Order: sequence, then C-alpha cells, then structure tokens
Amino acid sequence: MAFNHRNLIDINEYSADDLMLILETAERFREVNERRIKKVPTLKGFTVVNMFNEPSTRTRSSFEMAEKRLSADTLNFGGSATSTVKGESLVDTVKTLCSYKIDLIVVRDKHAGAPYKVAQTSGLPVIDAGDGKHQHPTQTLLDLYTIQQAKGGFEGLNVGIVGDISHSRVAGSLGPALSALGANVTFIAPQTLLPARPEVLGAVNVTSNFDEALPELDVVYMLRIQQERLEGAPFPTLREYHQLFGLNRAREALLRPEAIICHPGPINRGVELDSYMADHVQRSAILDQVYAGILVRMASLYLLLGGAEHGSDA
Amino acid sequence: MALMLKNARFIDPQVGLDEVCDMLIRDGKIVELGHNLDMPKGVERDLGGKIVVPGLVDCHVHFRDPGMEYKEDIETGSRAAAHGGFTGVCTMPNTKPTTDNASVIEYINKKAADVGKCRIYPSGACTVGLRGEALSEMGDMVAHGAVAFTDDGRGVQDSGMMRRVMDYAVQFGKVVMSHCQDEGLVGKGQINEGVQSTKLGLAGWPAAGEELQIQRDIELSRLTGCPLHVQHLSSLRGLNMVRRAKEEGLKVTCEVTPHHMFLSEENITETYDTTFKVNPPLRTKEDAAEIIKGVVDGTVDIIVTDHAPHADYEKDREFELAPFGMTGIETSLGTVITHLVKPGLISWNRLVELMAINPRAILGVEEVKLAPGYTADLTVIDPDVEWDVTVDDFESKANNCGFVGAHLSGRATDVYVGGYATMEEGVVVE
Repeated sequence: MAFNHRNLIDINEYSADDLMLILETAERFREVNERRIKKVPTLKGFTVVNMFNEPSTRTRSSFEMAEKRLSADTLNFGGSATSTVKGESLVDTVKTLCSYKIDLIVVRDKHAGAPYKVAQTSGLPVIDAGDGKHQHPTQTLLDLYTIQQAKGGFEGLNVGIVGDISHSRVAGSLGPALSALGANVTFIAPQTLLPARPEVLGAVNVTSNFDEALPELDVVYMLRIQQERLEGAPFPTLREYHQLFGLNRAREALLRPEAIICHPGPINRGVELDSYMADHVQRSAILDQVYAGILVRMASLYLLLGGAEHGSDA
Repeated sequence: MALMLKNARFIDPQVGLDEVCDMLIRDGKIVELGHNLDMPKGVERDLGGKIVVPGLVDCHVHFRDPGMEYKEDIETGSRAAAHGGFTGVCTMPNTKPTTDNASVIEYINKKAADVGKCRIYPSGACTVGLRGEALSEMGDMVAHGAVAFTDDGRGVQDSGMMRRVMDYAVQFGKVVMSHCQDEGLVGKGQINEGVQSTKLGLAGWPAAGEELQIQRDIELSRLTGCPLHVQHLSSLRGLNMVRRAKEEGLKVTCEVTPHHMFLSEENITETYDTTFKVNPPLRTKEDAAEIIKGVVDGTVDIIVTDHAPHADYEKDREFELAPFGMTGIETSLGTVITHLVKPGLISWNRLVELMAINPRAILGVEEVKLAPGYTADLTVIDPDVEWDVTVDDFESKANNCGFVGAHLSGRATDVYVGGYATMEEGVVVE
C-alpha cells in the first residue's frame, strides 16, 4: 500500500487505510523491541531534531527511544534553553535548525498550529508531538494500536472519552481517528469541559452522566485533568470532579466485563482514576499504551523518512 | 486654478444626480455641472467611461502613528487611502501614546497637513489610556479637532463607566463609537467559537461576547441620549439588535467591514493563516450573508475597513501569538463593487451612501455634494477594470490583507481632495 504523506500533523488527512498501515508497520517493529539487541540500522545517517518548545518528559523520551532504536542521529532542542526565551521567533529558530542539514523535525509546542508553521518554514517532514489544544497524532496512533490489540478492531466499538475534552489535544486527534475507523465515540464531561462543536471531533454522543454512559462502553478513555491548562476553574473542586467523573472501584459494577481503561498519562491518582482502576490487571491498558508509543513512533519515522525506499527493510 | 472633469457619469443621490456630463472646479470648489462646459484655461481631464462620486470616507482605520510607525504611518496610511479611492479617514486612538489628549490630536493634524494624502479626521479615546477607568479630556480634544470618541481595540468593560462616557459626550454633539467586546466572556478567544475553533484547538470568541455589549450600549444610548455608533459589527444577532433600535427611533448607527461580509471562519484552516485573525473574528457564512442583507436593506449605515496594518514578522508566527487585524483600505472599494454592485445587490447610489454620504454624517464633518459651492472632494471610479490584488500594488507598509490573490472588478483611478489630485490614473500623486 502506498504511503504518500509528508507530515504527521493533522490526523484528518489520514484515511482509515493510512492509519491501519501505520498500525501494521508498528506491529512489525514490535519484534525488534523484543530482541535482546533492540536496534536496527533503518534510519542510519538520518538526523532527527526533537524540538520541544514546551516541557515534556514522556513524549520526548518515547520519541528519542524510537529514533535511537532506528539508529537515527537525534538532537534534542528546546526546554528552558530555547532561543525563543531570548526573543527569537519560531520561524527564525526553525531556519537556524535547517542550516544544520537535518532530515525531520518532531515538534511539541504549546501553541496550536505551530507544527504547520515549522513544516512550512523548513520544507522538511514534521511530526506533531502535541500542539496546544489542537492535536497529538502519535498519542492517537498509540491509543489505536492499544485498542486494536485489546479489541481486535474498531468497527462498532463504543469508546467513551471522559474529562477535559475542550482543552485536550489528545481528544482533538483521537475523536476524529476513531470516527474514521468506524468506532462510536461518546464524549463524557460537564459542559464547561466540552468544545463548542463536539461533532467536529467525531463524537456521536455527548453526555454529562458518566454512570449512564459507562455500561455501554467497550473502551473507557480517561483524559488527564491538566491543571496547568485549565482557565477559569471549570469545576468547583477536584473532589467533586472525582465524584462525578472519576473512574473508581465503586463504578466497576457498571463496566462491561471486557471493558478496558486507557489514559494518556501521567495519571492524577485520585482524580481521573483511583489506584484500584489504574492498576487493574485485566482492565488497565495504560502501560500497554506506553509501550505502543515506541512502536507507532518508530513506524511513523520510518514511513515519513521514505520507508523501504531509503532505509533497510524493517 | 481651474479643473474640468469631462464626460464622466456623475452620481450623487443627495442631489438626485446620475448623469454623464462635465464638472468645472475652481479654487477647490465645485463651480458648475453641465453639458459641453468650457473654460478659458486650466487642466482638463477626459473621464469618459468613469464614474465620479463624492469622495469616499473610511470611518475606521489604524494608521499606527504616533508610536508604531514600523507598521504604518500617517504618510503611508494616507497614501494607501488615496490609492483605495478615499478622500478622508477617521483614525482610531489606540496609538502609542494613546490619542486621549489634545496634544496627540494636534500631532496627527499637523502631520496630516504636512505629509497626508487624504483628510484625516482623528477620533479620540473615551477613557484615559483606553483603560476604561477615567474620562479623557474630550472637550479639549474636540477643541483641537477630534470628530468622535471610541476606545476601539477594547470595549469599555464597566457599564457605569460607559454610561459616564456617553453622558459626558452628549454636550459636544459627537458620536460615541463602540468596539463591543465583553472581555470576561471573550477571554483569550482567537477565532469565532464554533466549527473551526473546535477543529483547530483555538480558544473560541463567541458572538455573544459582542452582542452583550451591543445591546448594553443601545440601552445606554436610550438612557443618555448620546448617539451610538456600533463598530465592525460581525454577527447576525448583533445586526438584529441594531435593526430593532433603529425601529424604535434611537440614535444608533453601525458599520461593517468587507472582511466580515466577504470572508468567513471557513477561511481559517489547518494552515493557521494569521492573515485571517481579526477582531471581532470572521464568523460563519450565515452571519456574513445576513450582514450583506443589512447592507442592502439599510440597517447597516456605512462600510469601513478597520485597516489594521502589521509588520510581516508579527503575523508570521504562531496563530495565538500573532496580532489581530488585516488591512483593507486599498481593496475595500473593489470588493464592494465586485460583490455587491456588480451582482446587483446594491446600486451605485447605495454605494455612495454607504461609503461617502453616511460616513460624513456620522462623523459630523463637512458635507460634500456634487453641486456648485461644495468642496471638490471627489472619487473617480473605473467600474469595469479587472484586477488582481497583489502585495506589490499596495501603498501601505503592510501586506496583511485577506484579499490578496482575489480577482476584483472596479477600482478608483483618480482622487481629488479640495480640487487637488491625490491620485491620477491609478498612481498616487507625489
């Protein structure tokens, strides 16, 4: 199957077939990660810049791990040392990076649309590692991989996305992708945490009644309450939030027997999930998601940098 | 000095004129209109095929002078105005320092007299520093030539303060122009709250944030008797509020911009083009269509540009960090002819009302009629010329125009201010 994307920025540009191709490629990389020597020479000689203009440990580490296992040279650029702190514009920073003769840029930025600006300025392939409240496509790919492993497919699957949807780049790309793959997406949140037009993000149902929604769900996707991103206190206290929208032991009786729990991490224990649910051996897929992150990021890098055309076969 | 404009179609609904004839101008005044006029000596221009109307006035421009001359200044802004067919503009007070006292009004008038290519009617701030806390010296500003008051760029947040502004302004007989924006509701809103804000992950700027203050200010106009002019109206419900106020006989007028009529939130896509980041934001196609209806049915009084120049590097950045605003003074007439006159939605008479007659009436500045004795502020329009909007064509320092790339028909070719040409055959006169 042909893969003709230059960037991974807007998940809406990816068809169901494109998404499945990435998941299949990720599956092939699983084998690499289970060897004793977890490294292939696929991207030897390619330079990938991880441009993280916003604090991130988990996503950056996951990308770096994926890049290293593919033998790419990596440059981590960003954090408090970025030149933007000195007043340099994003455009000028990108032009500077391009002068290093690099091959691909991974961008994390607190501003929506920044990865497009980087792609436009650099002319290089760009992977969006999360931009503002817009999208987080590789998070979506790892979520899809995890759900597919657990459920075998997406058609007709009932997925509930719970929590701060209006400020969530995770929901911004997961909703549309699940919808494209045939799943039924339900947004579950108080209206203060819902976007203006939920249907634009693929939601077919919207409710503020968690207990009514839970028995229908095959996948319960709990979003992180990003306390740093909340403006104007959209709910009174974390205590009340947990009472209304927290997934805890008391709610287990409402879950389907085979329902799984996802969370993009890091978890606020006692807020979105209690420890019983977060650590639930049968239901919690949270650590599977972390592992899948390495696989889908390897797959994305491999496909965007030319796949089998340039590198060796995975 | 005498000037003869021959064979043009002269249009002015104020005097019931729509006729191909000649016009004689002497010492800056219109002397005579008629057929086969002669003059002993002077400059004669054959304007066959052209339309001559009372000079266009744009009641809402930002010339950034004093303080942000790197974006635009009075010289380049007024050159752009002339190039767009305007003989006069009303400048907004969000300069640095704020135009909230007579010395800044004096500065603007002095610089306009020295280097300006159009008349400049400065507005003054309602409140000191646009902070919405204390009345500015309106009386002193009026004495030095301020024509209107506005805190444009911000809404006056406190209703009691806005009432004081309007109560105090009444004595000067000047209009209070209102930028309607409830900051509590709008917050950090970037684009219209709706489909595109959801898709792009940008904070929404709900139309209700504008409508609340439109209705508030209508009620305050009723309470105080002060004439209210609603600036850059963008939503259909806001328009209906103005419509009802007019039906009640209140002294309420409003303006709309070409970008709120001819563009919509759908212009803002995954490319995050900051050119389309304006305040108030581009709204839905339904809003735009209703605003056009308001222009047609008379609810909308004037068309303005909200010409808001910015340096390229300020716009070439993350959407949330880029400033609001687009330029428009060089494309306004062309877009109005192309989208309203040519399709038959409005007549040339109505265009003259919207862009020449009503603007002067709202600002309370000297009337211009195509009749003997009036000042020769005139705009000459080629109604049929086809042209493409390109940045190379702009006299403005700025390129942040949402109509770049558009194909338009009709534009101004010549402009006379007090009988003197500021533009001839499409070229600004040096």
